[in-house]
Amino acid sequence: MISSKNLLTIEDFTPEDILQVLDTAVSFKDVNARAIKKLPTLRGRTVINLFLEPSTRTRTSFEIAAKRLSADAINMSGSASATVKGESLADTAETLSAMNCDLVIIRHRYAGAPGILARHMDARIINAGDGKHQHPTQTLLDLYTIREELGSIEGKTVGIIGDIAHSRVAGSLCPALVALGAKPIVIAPPTLMPSRPDILGAEKSYSLDDLLPDLDVVYTLRIQQERMDESPFPSLREYAMLYGIDSKRLQAMKPGAIIMHPGPINRGVELSAEAADSPRARILDQVNAGVAVRMALMYLMLGGEQSGSVA
Amino acid sequence: MTDYTVKAVVLDELAIDRALTRIAHEIIEVNKGTENLALVGIVTRGDLLAADLAKRIEKIEGVKVPVGRLDISFYRDDVNTHLAPEVHRTEIPFKIDGCTVVLVDDVLFTGRTIRAALDALVDYGRPARIELAVLVDRGHRELPIRADFVGKNVPSSLDEHVRLYLEETDGRSSVEISQKRSGERAGAAPLGQGGEEL
Repeated sequence: MISSKNLLTIEDFTPEDILQVLDTAVSFKDVNARAIKKLPTLRGRTVINLFLEPSTRTRTSFEIAAKRLSADAINMSGSASATVKGESLADTAETLSAMNCDLVIIRHRYAGAPGILARHMDARIINAGDGKHQHPTQTLLDLYTIREELGSIEGKTVGIIGDIAHSRVAGSLCPALVALGAKPIVIAPPTLMPSRPDILGAEKSYSLDDLLPDLDVVYTLRIQQERMDESPFPSLREYAMLYGIDSKRLQAMKPGAIIMHPGPINRGVELSAEAADSPRARILDQVNAGVAVRMALMYLMLGGEQSGSVA
Repeated sequence: MTDYTVKAVVLDELAIDRALTRIAHEIIEVNKGTENLALVGIVTRGDLLAADLAKRIEKIEGVKVPVGRLDISFYRDDVNTHLAPEVHRTEIPFKIDGCTVVLVDDVLFTGRTIRAALDALVDYGRPARIELAVLVDRGHRELPIRADFVGKNVPSSLDEHVRLYLEETDGRSSVEISQKRSGERAGAAPLGQGGEEL
């Protein structure tokens, strides 16, 4: 049983909650490897995927997770919803509430949108990415992958490299790593470093090459050109030379260290083709874990809710 | 947490040993040997009993029968009200298609665990036949389910609690009946710690 009703930010979950999700996801990963992947667990429950910003992998991952648990999953996208007709988020929330849905998964371009939804409905809310703020389910699947690959999270040094300023992935990963006893270091050019990196609980550095041999996890972020108003660096090529993982940096990595990326990858920018396809890369393992982690999350958030707690 | 006072030990270590030996013999007898036979225990406790039965069958027949363990958390009919405190991994490292699968559990009570286990099992394949072995049948069925192999029938009242303790996990092997102090119906309680029956 999870202590929080909603997952709006990763801080809603205690370290115990996070570990419970990861532990439960192990069994769901087994289920996803079976011939019959469907479970009857959430039969009759209604899950709405409210994706008001483009997304393919996260929305698909949530949809697969809900369907494998036998919940009825309904997808609503920005262009198809009443928001384009000017409906406010609060009105959307009350409308969905009137349809008695059990869980709403929201992706929105503005930070805090999931919180607005939560204030206007009884259903449980999962934040699937809000602007530059947080992406807590990405964090859960990242933690799952780190634990599975390295055996534990505690004590590990995780370098988060790239567009920290615009990254909701970093926004939720850093505090979770700190809460679980790992050491996050954000590594970026000054123009992509947020003005207050300390609020993430992470150390900061501008030099990847100095730190690379010490990192257990090399977490590269996507250069989000769509969120950048002006060019923060002279060229993508220069960025790749200073912060991209190429064959030379692949060699400099600590033995056993892994490469992660939330996807989609800009090949040749954050990761060279060689790095993206190297045995160190865990990018597809992250995607694979994503479905299991989201199943675990839905199971723990929707199951047992009438009792409040288990005796 | 409800407190329980132990009323009686219905099976001691020796009696459990004898019951399991008899069940092992009966499984072999009914199935005319061990061909296509497999054991699947329901966690927790049922999996330990299944492993134990497999050892006994091997001693008698000289054949290792495949053993699996099944967690039924995702198949329970009360997911909306109660969550199992811990989800365990299901491990069935063999194909169950065409097998005679003997489901093994510690205490048979309402039958709801077995209903869930049947649903879970058929998601792994299509066994030729499914049989049920339990160490204790305490009655009070809520579904049309019966066991093929029973260690001991233990008539009980609903405010009692029938529980198996095993050397491996609890430091002693016994089946004990205890009385719920508050007098409320034991069966209405959710599946609590391992070994509590449903």
